[in-house]
Amino acid sequence: MSSEKPILHSYFRSSCSWRVRTCLNWKEIDYEYCPVNLLERAQKKEEYSETNPKVVPALKTDGILLSQSVAILEYLEETQPEKPLLPKDPYKRALVRSIVQAIASDIQPLIQPLHYIKSLQYLESIGGNKNEYIIYCITHGFEGIERQLANTSGKYCVGDEVTLADVCLLPQVYDTNRFGIDMTKFPLIQRITNDLSELDAFKKGHPQNQIDCPAEEKNKIS
Amino acid sequence: MSSCSWRVRTCLNWKGIDYEYCPVNVLEGSQNKEEYSEINPYKFVPTLKIDGVILNQSVAILEYLEETRPEKSLLPKDPYKRALVRSLVQAIAGDIQPLQNLRPLQYIESTGGNKTEWAVYCITHGFEGVEKQLAKASGKYCVGNEVTLADLCLLPQVYNANWFGIDMAKYPLIQRIANDLSELDAFKKAHPQNQIDCPDKEKNKNLRAFI
Repeated sequence: MSSEKPILHSYFRSSCSWRVRTCLNWKEIDYEYCPVNLLERAQKKEEYSETNPKVVPALKTDGILLSQSVAILEYLEETQPEKPLLPKDPYKRALVRSIVQAIASDIQPLIQPLHYIKSLQYLESIGGNKNEYIIYCITHGFEGIERQLANTSGKYCVGDEVTLADVCLLPQVYDTNRFGIDMTKFPLIQRITNDLSELDAFKKGHPQNQIDCPAEEKNKIS
Repeated sequence: MSSCSWRVRTCLNWKGIDYEYCPVNVLEGSQNKEEYSEINPYKFVPTLKIDGVILNQSVAILEYLEETRPEKSLLPKDPYKRALVRSLVQAIAGDIQPLQNLRPLQYIESTGGNKTEWAVYCITHGFEGVEKQLAKASGKYCVGNEVTLADLCLLPQVYNANWFGIDMAKYPLIQRIANDLSELDAFKKAHPQNQIDCPDKEKNKNLRAFI
């Protein structure tokens, strides 16, 4: 990695941004936090550029700009292999990536704000119930993950070491708290996320600890 | 017809890995049966049994095959180019396909919505982003001049776009690359119409509607 400090374009509440923040913290990579308010940006119709990327997270590092949180996580894992977040064994790596995809592809995109605002408007226009749709997506996703964790988890998602699966899990659970999902149906997810939330790298990456978190959000119980 | 399964079939073909095909009829809900969820907790296809283990989630399977069978590689060696490939993989496999997958479409239909309208919105929104990424990353294929995992994800998504009648002329890079990929043996052999569970009436359709 070059001597220049990486720059992370991030939104405090974005679960994808939290994943990358956790990874950077875990690997003890010092970075500059560049807050982006996507909703304001979309409303102002700003021009997007390398210093003003359209999506978060975006990581400027080693002279390049990376987007898509999972691609960023894999890049950091390959270029900064100390304090690894992937096991060495290929099968266990596949288990980790399976959970990563179950979260990053099968849950988060279906409910991420910039998509679901428009899709929920459509749903409502046809007489659908937006909360019901979101809860449907999340519940189905969590059911699959809970079944997977029954086979793979130890102290954390896959065995007893923190992996990229854990990095993705905690932000997703936090993000879905506001929809009132009954998490008692997912005891493994609940137990693991409780334990992860005590780890420094995850705490430091928490939305409430970011410089762009409004004061009124900091006082809310997560 | 599963685009996620198509990705894995292409990868197996590309790497010259012979495999046994076990059909799962998702339209009839076979993936929701209890015995299937024992091998795939997400009740999705594909599931790959290999090396004595069972793998699920197509992107995880692709990465596993790439790591354990590195010959005829589908990821560049350079970490930045690998990130570009993975970024496109996620743009398709994360930000488009799951939104127009069978389950959300069935949900939309159950609420009285138009599932084609929904799918067209999801794919169009996603392809706009992919086309912009390709403007920077592509050469002959999605990232440079070699076939990568991004290409394995792209062609099946374009097939879906054609299925929903999306005007591909708005995405010239996607269209050009998909056309070229569809000529490659590994992709052709993996095409839905060449699978043993493809109904006869589907085999005769000309779904290769690239304009």
